Amino acid sequence: MTRVGRYLRLLGVQVRMSLLTTLQYRADFWIECGLTVFWIAATLVPLIVLFELRDTVAGWRWPEALLVVGFFTVLKSVLGGAIQPSLDAVVQHVRNGTLDFILLKPADAQFLVSTAKFSPARVADLVAGLGMLVYAMHIGDIRPSVGGVLAALLLLAGAVGILYSIWILVVSLSFLVVKVDNLTFLFSSIYDAARWPGSIFRGVAAVLLTFVVPLTVMTTYPALALRDVLTAREAATAVFVTAMFIAGGRWVWMRSIGRYTSAGG
Amino acid sequence: MIRAIPTMLRIGFAEAVAYRAEMVVWVLSYTMPLVMLALWSAVAADGPVQGYGQADFAAYFVTALVVRMMVAAWVVWELNFEIKQGRLAARLLRPMHPLLHFATMNLAALPMRTAFAIPVVVIGFALGGADLVTHDPVQWLLVVVLLFLAWVMTFLVQALVGTLAFFWESSLALFDLYMTAYVVCSGYVMPLDLVPEPFASVIDVLPFRYQLSVPIEAILGRITVAETLQAVGVQLAWVAGLFLVVMLTWRAGVRRFAAFGG
Repeated sequence: MTRVGRYLRLLGVQVRMSLLTTLQYRADFWIECGLTVFWIAATLVPLIVLFELRDTVAGWRWPEALLVVGFFTVLKSVLGGAIQPSLDAVVQHVRNGTLDFILLKPADAQFLVSTAKFSPARVADLVAGLGMLVYAMHIGDIRPSVGGVLAALLLLAGAVGILYSIWILVVSLSFLVVKVDNLTFLFSSIYDAARWPGSIFRGVAAVLLTFVVPLTVMTTYPALALRDVLTAREAATAVFVTAMFIAGGRWVWMRSIGRYTSAGG
Repeated sequence: MIRAIPTMLRIGFAEAVAYRAEMVVWVLSYTMPLVMLALWSAVAADGPVQGYGQADFAAYFVTALVVRMMVAAWVVWELNFEIKQGRLAARLLRPMHPLLHFATMNLAALPMRTAFAIPVVVIGFALGGADLVTHDPVQWLLVVVLLFLAWVMTFLVQALVGTLAFFWESSLALFDLYMTAYVVCSGYVMPLDLVPEPFASVIDVLPFRYQLSVPIEAILGRITVAETLQAVGVQLAWVAGLFLVVMLTWRAGVRRFAAFGG
């Protein structure tokens, strides 16, 4: 069997394990889906308050800002459904010293820890996010071109790559500082800023949010692409930032795994 | 048991000093007010919003950052971890109530953690923030009480959700729910004065604003001494209610925990 085929099968096994776990805790699944409704409401309230007070904010109208929230929600489902559960699992392994067992397995360790756990309930977020995108385009009379949709999809894929790379960086950090119960909290609280259109931020904040924590690239650029107003410069920035993060994430992982000394010493 | 508290506080402080890296992570996760500051400043650039100009927003969110750090608790993660791993058993053997133990450790770590906010406060004052805070000494005394009670409320809510781990595998999902509501309703992302009806009256009856926005408004002199006193009363009522519920759940939970055989 080829290498790729073997890893695809492994992925299938890991996903099936997560699905089986979810089937055991069905009540939790439905509660989590219910929480999504509540969470969406909480995301929208500040935005509604803002657009009650002003018609446009930094050139963004309500439907356009809603596009950004839509992409934010879609990415949030990826984060909560595929990335964060595994992150929790790794931090747990590092704390207990059981990461050693994973490192000993005959497969790429980064692949194994990245696919350790999925949370299927987050499909609800995905549906809600897509719904928001459609609704925003409907009320804002935004008719994207084929190229715009393609660009938005590409940017979204890149954003998933960036999220994943940030995740790898956080996990690498957990090798250095063991007492990190709140790493996931850090992760989600920083990501929260992505719900606002990036062009609201000026000066240092704008640079930070484009290059250091590229939230603008992740949620604002896809929204701009759907509106067909993404400039060539922004597109180039997105490609550059995405490539840097993906390459950087893998590099840091390889280095930190090399220096990892287990809890036993 | 009371005599042990000063020692516990010392240990807690030493631990806070020892785990500096963890603290940096912690501080970074509290930067949301700065993001909101950037956002609302941009909004206020075309003129004040409901009486909030750019300087008012700056004062509000800098204060929010500091208050949030001062009333922080993290017992929900500690409890969740210890209950699931069975480590709580060791704590139960000690003569001190585990929750009191967590509380003293938490309080002791706060000065060190809040120290990170000092540069922010200094810069804020240097940029003219001193004129925007209250100059009434009575109000400041009340602020201390408000802050302490806000911390107790935060701690008790977290202790409650943490205790639920005795009964429910994914009780942390409930904490996510709580945090989501907290962020919107506590004045963390916007001054509550900006919130229109019908949201405003809902927020009024919820506990969240007493954990954050009320202390901020008191510091900024946006509420009178009489209103502050009233807020202290509401806080006390919440603390009493939460304390009762936490104790009841705790007792029921420990009984279950023992049955685990852990």
